[in-house]
Amino acid sequence: MPEGVPIEFDGVTKRFGSVAAVSDFSATILPGRVTGFLGPNGAGKTTSLRMLLGLVAPTSGRATIGGRSYAEIERPFATVGAALEAASFHPGRSARDHLRVYAQASSIDARRVDTVLDAVGLTPYAKRRVSGYSLGMRQRLGLATALLGDPGVLVLDEPINGLDPEGIKWIRTFLRSLADEGRTILVSSHLLSEVQQTVDEVLIIAKGRLVHTGPLASLESHAVHQVVVDSPTRPALADALTAAGMEPVPADDGLIVTGAEPDQVGAVAFAARVQLSVLYRRKAASELEDSFLALVGEEGSL
Amino acid sequence: MSAFVPAVRAEFTKTLSTRMWWILAIILVAYVGLLAGGIAFGLGALDASGQDDAPPGPVGMGETVAGIPVDLLAPVVYSLATAVGYVFPALLGAMLVTNEFRHKTLTPTFLATPRRGAVLSAKWVVMFAFGALFGIAALIGTVGLGAAGLTAFGFDPILGESDTWALFGRAVLAMALWALVGVGLGVIVPSQVGSIVIILAFTQFVEPILRLAGGFADWAAQVAQFLPGAASDALVGASIYTVMSGAGSESLDWWQGGLVLLAYAALFTVIGYLANWRRDVT
Ligand SMILES: Nc1ncnc2c1ncn2[C@@H]1O[C@H](COP(=O)(O)OP(=O)(O)O)[C@@H](O)[C@H]1O
Ligand SMILES: [Mg+2]
Repeated sequence: MPEGVPIEFDGVTKRFGSVAAVSDFSATILPGRVTGFLGPNGAGKTTSLRMLLGLVAPTSGRATIGGRSYAEIERPFATVGAALEAASFHPGRSARDHLRVYAQASSIDARRVDTVLDAVGLTPYAKRRVSGYSLGMRQRLGLATALLGDPGVLVLDEPINGLDPEGIKWIRTFLRSLADEGRTILVSSHLLSEVQQTVDEVLIIAKGRLVHTGPLASLESHAVHQVVVDSPTRPALADALTAAGMEPVPADDGLIVTGAEPDQVGAVAFAARVQLSVLYRRKAASELEDSFLALVGEEGSL
Repeated sequence: MSAFVPAVRAEFTKTLSTRMWWILAIILVAYVGLLAGGIAFGLGALDASGQDDAPPGPVGMGETVAGIPVDLLAPVVYSLATAVGYVFPALLGAMLVTNEFRHKTLTPTFLATPRRGAVLSAKWVVMFAFGALFGIAALIGTVGLGAAGLTAFGFDPILGESDTWALFGRAVLAMALWALVGVGLGVIVPSQVGSIVIILAFTQFVEPILRLAGGFADWAAQVAQFLPGAASDALVGASIYTVMSGAGSESLDWWQGGLVLLAYAALFTVIGYLANWRRDVT
């Protein structure tokens, strides 16, 4: 069984001319779990992964896999598998030949080609030229390339983009089983909801900077709670809350106040002598998503 | 070294697993073959008709056809394989490189072989082999149809002479070197359309005009002999261009021609490596 090793980013910075794509990014990704690398489009996820893989030279800092930079790894495919872009294939080459090329380049037994084609469900289309592939099939071929060397570390950039619901379900189960085998799995996505059911750890990046790291559950403490409050004299209640610096938003079941606790809302109503008919605190429907958006800044999402 | 041999194997598979190499090879053989056959038959027919009004060659050259000494007929016809066909290995070499940029396959290529210099060296090895293969294919075309045409009109196809076979060998070497020039050009101009246009424009228009200009002034002739096409013709030792531009034009020795062509390939590749191959792959 291939051993997973930790991935380490140590103060990695990349500037493209005047654009600071990644700034002083430090993180450790451990084996045995699926780590979600999250952030809105343009946050610097792809650039960070490309620096890890030796494709982009960092302006400063260093990224390593098991303590070695990518270029220092002998036969890298046997240690690290990466799928970076759904479009990195010659359209005139078949999936099988594509895999044969990279198996040869990294001295991997040719029999692995059929094994990985089978693992991603592409065997029936293996001899077809890639130009006829759907986005989902390209994603699968990218994943097959990453799996060629049966690596202990997998780095996948937006692997869920373009997959149908069945494909999404399949990749979730697949990544889970790979992590359970002790491999290191780093998966990027710009949508938390896409990977929420798959990841154990999250690494959140916004505008090139790390803004949060920890277990998925750690996002809950950042979650934005709502207080629902109502009164037979709703306009008076709204005025009182507004005067107290809160921002009540009218909804079907009352006024929604965010950023306050029920006792504070109750105190305001009591002081203004407004009668209350409803007062409770609730978790937002997509609590994790909200805290994710709060972390990355809402304007950056989607 | 440990990354180099696997990279060579991968580059072979890359080249063989798309259609481009055999499409180019078929067009090459048909093009130079028909040209060689056409010229051989044309010259033969001209000679047979007795209407050859071209002035005889310089004293001591013996009988001529359309100004070409008879003993040069066969070499000129056979060497159409390179004199006209050299653009094909150059295109193949350039496309092997520019495909990587165009289809973003540099990402998996450099992931599998992080030593980027090893990838470029592997492309040299593989393109040298395919260039040589193109040379053999082109010669099969020009010798097949050309010798038939010459024989039909009673000229000796001189296929039994060792000089002729030495010329074939040098022609194969020239085609192999042209594939390397193509690799170098492709890495200098990563845009596929851009490098194809440059290769076609240079080989079909710019160099022929410059070499023609070499016929008018001594200093220009001195410079023109170092042009890649002229160096290639010097290496092969016979060319329709050399014959047409007259005996006065300067030419390098065959081995000098080979070295000049190799120098172009190396210079282009090194410049391209420094300028484009080491860049960030984003
Ligand atoms: N080759 C490049 N040249 C200039 N800017 C780039 C280049 N690649 C990425 N960027 C910029 O770097 C930032 C981060 O991009 P990227 O890493 O692709 O983000 P993500 O993958 O999170 O969407 C963006 O502002 C993007 O425009
Ligand atoms: Mg990205």
